[in-house]
Amino acid sequence: MKMETNPGKIFTSPVFTGILVGILAPVLVLLGNPSNMGVCVACFQRDMAGALGLHRAGVVQYFRPEIVGFVLGSSLAAFLWKEWKPRAGSSPVTRFTLGIFAMVGALVFLGCPWRALLRLSGGDLNAVTGLLGLSAGIAVGNFFLKRGFSLGRAEPARAMSGLVLPVMLALALLLFAVLKPVEGRAFFSSISGPGAMHAPLLVSLVVGVVIGFLAQRSRFCTVGAVRDRLLIRDSHLLRGVVALVATALVMNLLLSWITGGNYFHVSFGNQPISHSAHLWNFLGMLLAGLAFVLAGGCPGRQLFLAGEGDGDSAVFVLGMIAGGALAHDFGLAAVPDKMIDGSAVIGGPGAAGMVAVGLGLLYCLWVGFGNTLNVGRGE
Amino acid sequence: MMLKVNAKGLSCPQPVLFTKKAIETMDSDGAVVLLDSLTSLENCKRYAEKLNCSTTVEMEDGEIRLILKKRSE
Repeated sequence: MKMETNPGKIFTSPVFTGILVGILAPVLVLLGNPSNMGVCVACFQRDMAGALGLHRAGVVQYFRPEIVGFVLGSSLAAFLWKEWKPRAGSSPVTRFTLGIFAMVGALVFLGCPWRALLRLSGGDLNAVTGLLGLSAGIAVGNFFLKRGFSLGRAEPARAMSGLVLPVMLALALLLFAVLKPVEGRAFFSSISGPGAMHAPLLVSLVVGVVIGFLAQRSRFCTVGAVRDRLLIRDSHLLRGVVALVATALVMNLLLSWITGGNYFHVSFGNQPISHSAHLWNFLGMLLAGLAFVLAGGCPGRQLFLAGEGDGDSAVFVLGMIAGGALAHDFGLAAVPDKMIDGSAVIGGPGAAGMVAVGLGLLYCLWVGFGNTLNVGRGE
Repeated sequence: MMLKVNAKGLSCPQPVLFTKKAIETMDSDGAVVLLDSLTSLENCKRYAEKLNCSTTVEMEDGEIRLILKKRSE
C-alpha cells in the first residue's frame, strides 16, 4: 500500500481523536465539569434543553459550550478540507423521533455512549452493564441493516439549510455568555447540581472545537465502532474507542495521584451520577444503541455530521434536545444511587421511565421493520 | 458486464454494505459504486481492499465513482 505524505494524515486516525478525548475529558472534570462527565453528549444536550427553558429541572440547566464546539469544529474542518456539503431529506420525522428515544434511553442509563466510556475509565462498573446493553442494541440494529434497512437517500440541499444549526448554536451561546442568565430572562442556568458544575466557558468551547475538528477528520463514532466490528469485522473505529478508554483511565489515575482527588475507584455503588439498577442500565442503553444505529451514528457523530451540513443529523440533534426536555418534564430520567442515613439507596428510572423505554423499543422496531422492505433492490 | 451500484445519499454503513454485495455478485468485469461523500469513499475503499479487490477512484462534479476489480491470487 502506498504511504501518503499528507501532514494532516494523523488527523484522520480515530486513535488520535480517541487519545485526545481521553486526555481532554478528565481535564474538563478537573476544571469543573461533573465527575466522569468531561464530555457527555446526552447529558449536555439535556442541560441545553434546560437552559432554553424546555424543561424546568433546575439542577440540569446550562448551555454547554462543548456541544456548540463539536458542531463548529466540525464545520471548520469540513470547510478547510472541502467536505462541507449541505444535504437533507432522509426521513426527517423518523430521525427526530429516534433522537427523542435515544435520549430517553441514555437518560435512563444516565449517559450517552461517550459518558459510558468515560465512566468505565473512572472505574464505574455500571458502565459495563450499559455498554453491554449498547452493544446488544447495536446488534439488533445490525439485524435490520443486514436485511437492507435504510431511511432513504439524502439529497443535496441549499447552503443556508446546512448553516442553520451551526449559526443558531453559535448565536445562542454568544447570547448565553453575554446575558449571564438570570432566572426567567432568556436562559436558565443552574445554581446547584450537575448543571452548575462546568469548566470555564471559553475552555469548554475550545475543547469542543478541537474535538469536533479532529472527529470530523477521523469520522470518530462510538456506535459505528461496535457496529462495524460486529457487522463487517472492521476494527478501524473501535481502535479509537479503546484508545479513548485507555487514555482516560491513565489520566484519571494521574489526576487522582496529583490532586489527591477521587477520579478513579472500581465499584458498582457510590459512583458519581450513576445508578446500579442493572436491568435498566442495560435496557436504557439497548434502546439508545438501537436508535443510534438506525439513525447512522452515535450522538457525537450526529453533531459532527450536522457540522458538515447534514440536515438529517441536525434534525436528530434537535430530537435529542426535545427528548431531554420530555425526559425531565415527565420524570423519565433515572435517579442516581444515594446514601441516606448511611445506607445506600439504589436509584434507577421510575415507572414512567420504564414505560418510555418500552415504547421507545417498540418505536425502533417499527422503524426497523418499516424501512427494511424493498430497499436496495433493482440497483 | 460491469455491475453498477448507486450508494449516493445513504448514511453509514449502507454504502459499505452495498459495496459488499457488489463484490459478492460481480463477475470478472468488476463493479462501480457511485458515492457522494469522501467518508463513504474511505470506508468502501478500505473494505474492498480488505476483500482483496483493486480499487480505482474517479471524481467528477461531486460524483465519486469507485471502480472495483477482483484481484487474482
